[in-house]
Amino acid sequence: MNTSPRANKITLYIVMVVFALFFLLPLYVLFATALKSFSEVSASRMWNLPTIISGEGFAKALEKLLPNLLNSFYLVIPATAFSAILGSLNGYIFSKWKFKGSDIIFPIILFGMFIPYQSILPPLVRFLMSIKLYNSIPGLILTHTVYGLPITTLIFRTYYTEVPTEVVEAASIDGAGILGTYWRVLFPISLPGFVVVIIWQFTNIWNEFLFAIVITSSPAKQPITVALVNLAGSQIVEWNAQMAGALLAALPPVLIYILLGRYFLRGLLAGSVKG
Amino acid sequence: MAEVRLKDVNKTFGKVVAVKDFNLDIGDGEFIILVGPSGCGKTTTLRSIAGLEEVTAGEIYIGDRLVNDVPPKNRDIAMVFQNYALYPHMNVYKNMSFGLRLRKVPRPEIDKIVRRTADLLGIGELLDRKPKELSGGQRQRVALGRAIVRDPHVFLFDEPLSNLDAKLRITMRAELLDLHQRLKTTAIYVTHDQLEAMTMGDRIVVMNEGLIQQVDTPQKVYDHPINRYVAGFIGSPSMNFLPCTIVKGNGDLYAACKSYKLRIPQDKTKSLRDYIGKEAILGIRPEHIDTKDTITRKYDPESVFQASVWVIEPLGSEKLVHIKSEERILVARLDPHVDLKPGQMAEFIVKTDFIHIFDKETEKTIF
Repeated sequence: MNTSPRANKITLYIVMVVFALFFLLPLYVLFATALKSFSEVSASRMWNLPTIISGEGFAKALEKLLPNLLNSFYLVIPATAFSAILGSLNGYIFSKWKFKGSDIIFPIILFGMFIPYQSILPPLVRFLMSIKLYNSIPGLILTHTVYGLPITTLIFRTYYTEVPTEVVEAASIDGAGILGTYWRVLFPISLPGFVVVIIWQFTNIWNEFLFAIVITSSPAKQPITVALVNLAGSQIVEWNAQMAGALLAALPPVLIYILLGRYFLRGLLAGSVKG
Repeated sequence: MAEVRLKDVNKTFGKVVAVKDFNLDIGDGEFIILVGPSGCGKTTTLRSIAGLEEVTAGEIYIGDRLVNDVPPKNRDIAMVFQNYALYPHMNVYKNMSFGLRLRKVPRPEIDKIVRRTADLLGIGELLDRKPKELSGGQRQRVALGRAIVRDPHVFLFDEPLSNLDAKLRITMRAELLDLHQRLKTTAIYVTHDQLEAMTMGDRIVVMNEGLIQQVDTPQKVYDHPINRYVAGFIGSPSMNFLPCTIVKGNGDLYAACKSYKLRIPQDKTKSLRDYIGKEAILGIRPEHIDTKDTITRKYDPESVFQASVWVIEPLGSEKLVHIKSEERILVARLDPHVDLKPGQMAEFIVKTDFIHIFDKETEKTIF
């Protein structure tokens, strides 16, 4: 069979458009339902556009979820900041101040990435209870900070490996100590590394559900992912509010990505392209 | 300014011996060069002096002070790296003043020192620029400036010119020498480039496989290499080596190769007494081979050999002629106007006053 490059291209585009539509369908339902009024929501009309745009769903969702939305921010901002800063320090030490045994400790830290969340829940809860952080946002912050260390350490170590070691040596000859070198020389050039880590950690912690539901048992302390599930009442589900809530919950990671995204690729590619 | 003394310094990385039994006294204000092929231990030695490597055994003194356990920042040294190692986020002024700021030198004084040094190096106009906005040569000047402002006891240079293009390297070589003549600070300079070693050092230390081969002034190392390794390493093109046998005849000694023999000058025969009848290695520098047409001095008729011309490299100021003799290629540094063609047989003369003989087993120089 003879196919021209042009025909190939058209086929390719058709396939891509079909897939794109397929993936966008749930998003369409999400938006369409969120903008309907409660009376208009029904399974039979779920594919229809709303007849009148209604803010009812959003108002309801905001009213119920606002405290939890704030909880999520109280959780995600410190947890991201701590895990990023600690990961950066770890990465600095593991890339520039190799010590006896560092080649053993580093893989052990990385191993933390592969421990499934479920397997550590019982000891985690016991531990948080004994340090009086169970059922609290600080407890979640601590958990996510520690659980984030393997990946943040790895990202920063890779990033700092690209920085010539001579720069660090020059600083130590110039008179800077280990921390001084980090603060005055490494930290100021770490922005791309931080962007990658912040996007990664922010998104992961924001979307995380299991730790959140296990560690925070009282509704007032739960982050939005847990509250969103609880929003669906036991009798009737207000689908418009539910969908609006889901949109609200999804918004912050999207905003972070839009704000920092242009640094994201640059950060991931740092070093692979010399420039 | 200070002397630097290394006593029985050894450095091993696991099982790899990087530096072995290194002993060296460096005089106050001396410009000393550590030269050798890569992996010879020269950079490790320099980094040990800087304190960036801990020595496995031995003592390092800067001035009268034993510095083995002194961290780099307290050794009163400054180092210039091959890749400049500038702080990328700081401008030139901040790069140069970094060490002084850490040492809490008063601001007006820092300002004075940095500006004076920048002017000395011709980078006074660039103080506000970031490293990425500078050319390679300018970056290296900033790295130099960063070392100079500290006014250290010792400068350590780790192949500082290797990343520069050939032309700039020659300019910077002269500038570095001029700077050293003005500042008179002890300098230890590592390079793999024997030309840099020859042109810059008060004394050069030739290293190989972690061992010091020879320490002396460049001319002495060139004229009297201590062994075959040094003879071959110093000088470009390299010395020619030929297997030969020492033979006696008519009261003279000869270095006999397969098809010809060279008479050894009378004043040198004494040291060869034990080698008569034995094999040895003959060493001839390229400039000590000449042709009958171009030689301007008297020569021994028993220093002539026949060989064919293989290739000719005209360099303008001279011609490097590769000649095939006894299945070996010898290089001769000849007058640029010499009339030779590839493939041609010709007679070549060895200036036997300057030849070297090496022991075949130990490779040590006999003369």
